[in-house]
Amino acid sequence: MPDLGLDVLLKGNNFIRLLEGLFVAVKISLVSVALSIPAGVLLGIIMTGKNIAVRFFTKFYLEFIRIMPQLVLLFLVFFGSTRSLGWNLEGETAAVIVFVLWGTAEMGDLVRSALSSIPKHQYESSQALGLEKRQTYFYIILPQTLRRLLPLSINLVTRMVKTTSLVLMIGVVEVLKAGQQMIEANRMNSPNAAFGIYLVIFILYFLVCWPVSMAARHLEKKWG
Amino acid sequence: MDFAYMKLVLPLYEKAAVLTLKTGLEGIVFATLAGLVCAVVLYEKVPVLRQLVMGYIEISRNTPLLVQLFFIYYGLPKAGIVFSAETCGVAGIAFLGGSYMAEAFRSGLENVAAVQRESAYSLGMGRLQTMRYVTGPQAAAASIPAFLANVIFLLKETSVFSAVSLMDLMFTAKDLIGLYYKTTESLFLLVIFYLLILLPVSLIGAAAERRLQYAGSGT
Repeated sequence: MPDLGLDVLLKGNNFIRLLEGLFVAVKISLVSVALSIPAGVLLGIIMTGKNIAVRFFTKFYLEFIRIMPQLVLLFLVFFGSTRSLGWNLEGETAAVIVFVLWGTAEMGDLVRSALSSIPKHQYESSQALGLEKRQTYFYIILPQTLRRLLPLSINLVTRMVKTTSLVLMIGVVEVLKAGQQMIEANRMNSPNAAFGIYLVIFILYFLVCWPVSMAARHLEKKWG
Repeated sequence: MDFAYMKLVLPLYEKAAVLTLKTGLEGIVFATLAGLVCAVVLYEKVPVLRQLVMGYIEISRNTPLLVQLFFIYYGLPKAGIVFSAETCGVAGIAFLGGSYMAEAFRSGLENVAAVQRESAYSLGMGRLQTMRYVTGPQAAAASIPAFLANVIFLLKETSVFSAVSLMDLMFTAKDLIGLYYKTTESLFLLVIFYLLILLPVSLIGAAAERRLQYAGSGT
């Protein structure tokens, strides 16, 4: 049995470095989710409005973000915006900007479809009871949409985490990059390390995403 | 915008777009086949295979394509299994897409009312015949929107191919930025080419969904 690189992981603090890399990826996605949920809720409410110009603009934003691969968006912000606007952007900041833009679009669409799935009579009954528009949203509509939204937005978290693996391509040192560095450093004494290390990274990602997906599915069954 | 430069590099983008499309579509064909098999296994509750399929779906859905590709392209050769970059891209899309396609087809199958299957059985049709003539066609129609959404998703995912040194659109754009420093033009062409690939599929998807809504409202 040739050595497949697991000993490289146990050498020094290599495994800790891998976990730190994973933490960078998870941190980027959690920050992005935290920012895009409120922004997405706002966008969703705006999108159900009646103003045609606003609707056209938000629709355009949504469709553009959704049709472009996330990696293209990362390139646009990391290489494109720095060049044309002449500012300096760290890889991590660029990643958060892209993931917030993307998360807001996805969340906005979820909120919009959840809002429009609430039957019209809910709005009308609350109006008939004399509630104002803000009260209607706050006490009647939002609590109902929240139930439909929660499982879907938890799913968004796993999609975010999976997509953060792309930040490797704009030079952020995350788990894959940390793995690459270890493989490079041990090229001579452990030439087959790539197998073990990439397998471990594979498993690490699974261990992060799987429980979250399970939670989302559980909630979907419970409330769906 | 430097149009002379854009005209100069256009053939490179065309070549890359063809490669992206070819590898993506090959992967999607395999993903569809894998998805069909998995969906039928899940629907017919085939013992043992069913558990395997469920395990596969969880693994494939909860790991990023980039990590899957890294493992296939850089990891597996160390254990003696060598793929070319292109095969690796196809295999990656097939592995990732199989689970998404399986979910699309399974929900299509479950969408068909139980009474349809039961009636077919009571008419003396076998399992295969029922699948071929009764539940299959209805499920196929119901899963078209989800299928097309997956096609778009998988075509978008091909953008990470550049990580395993496939000369796809991303790779070309990054290469050209490094060579000529014309960032804006290179990125502009990149966006245009992805739009050319993805927009038609997206429009077909929207049209299919509308037509199915009409079909559904008839019943």
